[in-house]
Amino acid sequence: MTHAQQAARFADVADVSARLAAAGYLPDAQIATTVFLADRLGKPLLVEGPAGTGKTELAKALATATSSDLIRLQCYEGLDEARALYEWNYKKQLLRIQASQGTDGADWGDLHDDVFGEEFLLSRPLLTAIRREDPTVLLVDETDKADVEVEGLLLEVLSDFQVTIPEIGTIVATRRPMVVLTSNATRELSEALKRRCLYLALDYPSAEREREIVLSRVPELAPALAEQLVRTVRALRAMELKKSPSISETLDWAQTLLALGLDTLGDDEVRATLGVVLKHASDQTRAAAELRLN
Amino acid sequence: MADGGLPAHLDGFVRAVREAGIPVGISAAVDAAQVLTAVDLLDREQLRHGLAAVLLQRAAQRQTYDVLFDLWWPLSDRPEDDADTEPAPDDGSTDAQRQAALAAQLREELLRRLLDGDEEALRRFARLAVDQLGQGQPSPSGQSFFSYRVLRALSPDTLVSQLLDGLLGGADRGGLAEQVARQTVRERLAAFRAAVEAEVRRRSAAERGRDRVARTAVKPLADQVDFLRAQSADLAELRRSVAPLARRLAARLSAKRRMGREGRLDFRRTVRASLATGGVPVVTHHKPRTVHKPELVVLCDISGSVAGFSHFTLMLTQALREHFSGVRAFAFVDSTDEVTRFFAPGADVADAVQRIGREAEVVTFDGHSDYGNAFGVFAEKWATAVGPKTSLLVLGDGRTNYRQPGLPVLADLVRRSRSAYWLNPEPARLWGTGDSAADRYARVIPMVEVRNAAQLAEFVTTL
Ligand SMILES: Nc1ncnc2c1ncn2[C@@H]1O[C@H](COP(=O)(O)OP(=O)(O)OP(=O)(O)O)[C@@H](O)[C@H]1O
Ligand SMILES: [Mg+2]
Repeated sequence: MTHAQQAARFADVADVSARLAAAGYLPDAQIATTVFLADRLGKPLLVEGPAGTGKTELAKALATATSSDLIRLQCYEGLDEARALYEWNYKKQLLRIQASQGTDGADWGDLHDDVFGEEFLLSRPLLTAIRREDPTVLLVDETDKADVEVEGLLLEVLSDFQVTIPEIGTIVATRRPMVVLTSNATRELSEALKRRCLYLALDYPSAEREREIVLSRVPELAPALAEQLVRTVRALRAMELKKSPSISETLDWAQTLLALGLDTLGDDEVRATLGVVLKHASDQTRAAAELRLN
Repeated sequence: MADGGLPAHLDGFVRAVREAGIPVGISAAVDAAQVLTAVDLLDREQLRHGLAAVLLQRAAQRQTYDVLFDLWWPLSDRPEDDADTEPAPDDGSTDAQRQAALAAQLREELLRRLLDGDEEALRRFARLAVDQLGQGQPSPSGQSFFSYRVLRALSPDTLVSQLLDGLLGGADRGGLAEQVARQTVRERLAAFRAAVEAEVRRRSAAERGRDRVARTAVKPLADQVDFLRAQSADLAELRRSVAPLARRLAARLSAKRRMGREGRLDFRRTVRASLATGGVPVVTHHKPRTVHKPELVVLCDISGSVAGFSHFTLMLTQALREHFSGVRAFAFVDSTDEVTRFFAPGADVADAVQRIGREAEVVTFDGHSDYGNAFGVFAEKWATAVGPKTSLLVLGDGRTNYRQPGLPVLADLVRRSRSAYWLNPEPARLWGTGDSAADRYARVIPMVEVRNAAQLAEFVTTL
């Protein structure tokens, strides 16, 4: 492999766990192992899973754990190369051309080189991440929201870590960023892109890990209440709901209980605060019935 | 480890993963070999997760993968048991008595471990239980183990009441607390059962060879399950794949013309704005993108011959309803009725299916599919349902019981629609055999073989 090799960021899997935990993210064995391998094999990490299972947060914690800056490319329908990679600052170019029209002896060749120079280049996240000299984590968030064409672009950039700008030349990464792509799996990403990546399927955490997450994020909460809370959330997840509560909702719920000064989670408390966890009215009705709220 | 050492063993594992229907490319196989050099081989979980990261591409593949991993990289024979269970001393009692005493003792321990909820300890206990209670009659070919023996001896299901009492810690039954405790009990019992089954597979693999065990133990992936053969448990699995599919289908059907980020250049506004910059069009203005509001008509065969399929398509219909109001659903057997009303947002599909059976007028004659009549009734009674803005989706096997297929009516519907597709849950090679008119229908409407969720997903992406 000819790419700029990157010194390993982590000593071993335990090191990954410890440093992510220090950054406020509690990984399980699967997450820690996969992150470790992404670093060792120098591959992008594709993290797929339902909303609110900690995909974005993992990338942020990785940046913190490796003292890197986070460069984020947020995907959406209609995202194009001009927003993802680079574009020429068209307004500025026009004004420069206008301004030089009066001057004598203006040579079109010079002007052309001039307006296609660095000064007029608008660098977007992908190019920025490639050009950075400092440690970088590149987060391509919600990749499935982008159109399929963007995947082609990602594929190109992520396989060589270089970008060719016709007017400037080829820019090669001097220091490879660590890349994390996330997806909610609203659509299947292309095989080609998946082949380039290590795959990490995130699901809701085990009861034990979720309790730890709650206690680490909301340390003022009594452990017994955290336990009750997590078990109640799990009962909700077992139902056929339109939107199952995620870790975010568990944490919101914990904050709410704390703010209201509640120290137990009984029928009344759940009834009063169910809206924090379930956003659809029909889900609330169904949950109230299935939980037999008195 | 087999001859050829670790690399050959890994090859065998990768082959088994492929045979189970998980596509593993060459580059992934190469990466797998690299994983072996990077992880701590003495840490089995690192190996499991590490190989999964390079071999899998979808969450649904994980269950199958784990079964295979446990067979190819088994735990060693000696359960690291910390169990405080000593085999009952030989005090002259009969075998049956000793078995009963042992079962009683282990049952008590199971109760304790289930209450405690430590998953790792529960798994260790499951291995011990299989060892002590799972043996079948020894035969010349060796010793077999059976999970039913373990589960019969321990009958964990009858522990539910004690478990609930324990978890509720003296609190009253009823209401929230009980429902939450019930869920916890369900999870722990399922974990125990799974651990017993895994241990039985491990022991059987040692006995009968892991290839044979792998073949019987690996269930088809949910999205490969044949609609026409789906069991109700499969349907529950499928249900999970429906929501994302519906979202994609909805997005495709509402496909707007893609013109980059913005719509066509608004020339007049751009020129007017350029006056402020000396005639240079520094800022361009664009017309807003026109978003096409889709109308979708689903015409669904719900006769007995396609029961599994129609259940799935009705789930899909329900999910689509959550995305656009412009969905109308019609069901038919030998006649057609509109069933949109049963799919109000938030409605339960199982309820809807039952209500359709009871309340909709889909059978007026003998309850056997009559496509010709069904299409005729639809075209006549809901003459305006299909128009130039409508996408029409017909779902059915096209088996007409040798009755009139109603080709002209369908052809006319297709002509009037914006786009039309027929999804057929039968393999294409059977189209036109027996009473299937699928080959003839295929001449007037694009027909697509959709036998499972994977094929449906594929269809959606080609739209
Ligand atoms: N392992 C973890 N340790 C600590 N906090 C976590 C962990 N996993 C998730 N969280 C918390 O859960 C919340 C949701 O996480 P995040 O926003 O990363 O979800 P997501 O998977 O990116 O969701 P979406 O698909 O909606 O973007 C965050 O507040 C995050 O801090
Ligand atoms: Mg996110």
